[in-house]
Amino acid sequence: MRKLEVDVAIIGGGPAGLAAALAAHDQGAAEVLIIERNHELGGILQQCIHHGFGLHRFKAELTGPEYAQRFINELKDTDIKVLLETMVLEVTKDRTIYAVNSREGMLEISAKAIVLAMGCRERTRGALRIPGKRPAGIFSAGTAQRYMNIDGYIPGRKAVILGSGDIGLIMARRLTLEGAKVEAVVEILPYAAGLARNVVQCLEDFDIPLHLESTVTEIHGDDRLEAVTIAKVDENWRPIPGTEQKIECDTLLLSVGLIPENELSSGAGVELDPVTNGPKVDDTLMTSIPGVFACGNVLHVHDLVDNVSKEAERAGAFAAQYALDKLPAPPRRIKVEAGENIRYVVPHEISLERPVEFFMRVQRPEADVYLDLGGLRRVKKPFVRPSEMLDITLSVEQLSKLEGDTLRVRIVSGKEAGVDA
Amino acid sequence: MKREAKTKKAVQVAIVGGGIIGTLTARELSRYQLDVLLLEKEAEVGWGTTKANSGIVHAGIHEDPGTLKAKYCFPGNQMFPRLCEELDVSFKQTGILVVALAEEEMDMVHMYYQRGLERGVPVRLLSREEVLAQEPNLSEDVVGSVFAPEGGAVMPFELAAAAMENAVANGAELMTESPVIGAWVEGEKKYLETPTHIIEADVVINAAGLFADEIARMFGDDYFRILPRKGEEYLFDLELAGLVNSIIFPVPASKISKGILVIHTADGNIMIGPTSDNVPAKDDLGTTYSGFERIFSETRRLVPGLDPRKVITQFAGLRAASDRGDFIIEFSPNVPGLLHLAGIESPGLTAAPAIAADVPKMLEEQGFKLTPKENFQPRREGVVRFRQLSRKEQDELIRQNPAYGRMVCRCETVTEAEIVDAIRRGARTLDGVKFRTRAGAGRCQSGFCQPVIMEILSRELGIPAEQVSKRGAGSEQVKYEAKELLGKGVS
Repeated sequence: MRKLEVDVAIIGGGPAGLAAALAAHDQGAAEVLIIERNHELGGILQQCIHHGFGLHRFKAELTGPEYAQRFINELKDTDIKVLLETMVLEVTKDRTIYAVNSREGMLEISAKAIVLAMGCRERTRGALRIPGKRPAGIFSAGTAQRYMNIDGYIPGRKAVILGSGDIGLIMARRLTLEGAKVEAVVEILPYAAGLARNVVQCLEDFDIPLHLESTVTEIHGDDRLEAVTIAKVDENWRPIPGTEQKIECDTLLLSVGLIPENELSSGAGVELDPVTNGPKVDDTLMTSIPGVFACGNVLHVHDLVDNVSKEAERAGAFAAQYALDKLPAPPRRIKVEAGENIRYVVPHEISLERPVEFFMRVQRPEADVYLDLGGLRRVKKPFVRPSEMLDITLSVEQLSKLEGDTLRVRIVSGKEAGVDA
Repeated sequence: MKREAKTKKAVQVAIVGGGIIGTLTARELSRYQLDVLLLEKEAEVGWGTTKANSGIVHAGIHEDPGTLKAKYCFPGNQMFPRLCEELDVSFKQTGILVVALAEEEMDMVHMYYQRGLERGVPVRLLSREEVLAQEPNLSEDVVGSVFAPEGGAVMPFELAAAAMENAVANGAELMTESPVIGAWVEGEKKYLETPTHIIEADVVINAAGLFADEIARMFGDDYFRILPRKGEEYLFDLELAGLVNSIIFPVPASKISKGILVIHTADGNIMIGPTSDNVPAKDDLGTTYSGFERIFSETRRLVPGLDPRKVITQFAGLRAASDRGDFIIEFSPNVPGLLHLAGIESPGLTAAPAIAADVPKMLEEQGFKLTPKENFQPRREGVVRFRQLSRKEQDELIRQNPAYGRMVCRCETVTEAEIVDAIRRGARTLDGVKFRTRAGAGRCQSGFCQPVIMEILSRELGIPAEQVSKRGAGSEQVKYEAKELLGKGVS
């Protein structure tokens, strides 16, 4: 068994892992190692060949591979080590990583700090419990995207897409551009789950019908998918009898949510948040295990990769500080609480020692509201939507005014707020 | 193809159907100097009722006295440890609990206990405290239980595939994608027609499961019916492993089924089901809203911690129940040399090894002379399961074969070498690889690994990706190459 010792080990070479590695290196960590299971860096960005990445960070509309390449190029000028086609099997509490690849066999890597950056996976048909048969032709949207954009195959000629998440919307356009017909996008919520710009650019521009408050109630076909039945749902998401409609199709794509991939984290004993399915972290993005940090979609599912990069840079920098023994435990710990119309907030805990950038999502869309951070800062928001993350920073000075040991984040209506803050 | 143009082939024994009964029978007959041919209509064996079976190795306390089910169940159970060891398939002897949730249900518990004692089945009565000590996540309402420690679970598909592989290694022949479309008798010989072959046989063994009545009718032998009865099952994420340690039965409300159970599968997942619904069609493999609701409401009475959000997949199978309500294990009274192994519903999987072991005896009783092979090899070449090895063993294995260092299925920790080995042993499809290796059976349900497995199947079988299927012709996953549809005007 080959043994390695590093300052910062980063699990995952997607956008989060790349940004974390570069930041850790910039902070002066001597040995930074990225462990990546694929044969190339970049993660899921490599199959996202559409544009729209990097608007915030680079003020440019890049494709996924282009966005990744900017980081990969930066990496080339550093001594950051990369292990490709290497699968991490286990992470332990004392920060030992067991990983395999075909060249070196089993690796035992001891790290002073670890950054978890494994990303997320797609929810499956099984998790939705769609009744009916089990023919071929049912894919999660990301799997279909990989078949089309990496392997060069089209799943079928007539598709229905269940769920209006961003990958589903992007795939509706992609299938259409490849000559397939997208018969419908079906969404159980009364509004689209993906970004507003994707609804316009991927559905409306191509006349693809979006069925809201609807779901797939049955799957037909023995060998290959032949049709799906869709129906309207009531407020409890139960199909309404009499509203069924059968749509012939040979392909069903599922874009029904993403789940952070935390099997390694929970194996190590990292405490998870049942709402985000990601680790609970403090304002240094450190998890419940000292020296183990998390960022990107393994922490919570992000809307834009630009936000992933930003968050990962902080995780990487703090991981380096920890490895270099420059990150003392804070004297005070303040709990962050999700209040009215806030589904979750990251981080879960803060120290008042440093400025904090909060990422959060709302539970339901609202217009004309204020985002309130424990009364310390209040920001006007013309719209809040579950599909778009909210991002706000509190300075040390603002934090210093906090009373008590809880910071409550909530959405308040314009009426309640009274005045603009 | 015209009948005259088809390839003719003569064997001594032809088995119709590669389910658990057909494959174990093929293995039993491969102990003798016999030409044995098994015809399977699907791309691989074990694809029908066997695949969707709950996988329970019953203890032998549920079956009513005087039935063939009772005759074969307990002896079958006793054969499993050795059979699974020889074939290197997983068998978890978890034990079976029948749990009473009310005082009045204790009568049935005592009845099963007595029945067990009479049949020589090891059984124990457990008090409320003893049951809860053994299964802490059971409902607080539990009153008492009968425990049969020799019950357990196997992966039924794995067992059928392994039995077939061993039968073939011992000289039996397998023809897949070979549905029987015609059958007749000429003199002493029986004939079976497939799309490509005419098979002449001295003995035909009808192990065609759901279609056993149709095969019999092709021979003009029309005296039983197969009545499909559907069972839906819901499988949980491995995260819930350990919620129960054994297989948990309720006290059944009816005589038709044993109730809906909580199953500790041989792979360690928790699974709940099956429903028991008579359906008219033999292809009705759909799951339903109603099935989901009944299964969860029944099983959550037993184990309240079953969380519907942790379901990773669901499926349905059809039991091949006969209109006799019992197994039909007999030579046809109308067609000499036609042996029916039909109506094999629960506890058919448990009974299967005992039924298969009876087949040579039944042939001898009909005057066939069987000569044992001297070189019969009961053991199947062992399968490497990377995830079950120690770190040191994994390291050594990768040095011998670097393909063990290429992880294909991250959720279930399955390597490229294991997939290549499964293909070498007969996997031809994505489902075949999944059931043999577990690649794609985990929480992401093959979202990440399917394109890679497809590439490996395409490479190893020498076929284009568009021909790689989920489970045989017609179920191909990707249908077109990029740009192929452009300008075709799909509407």
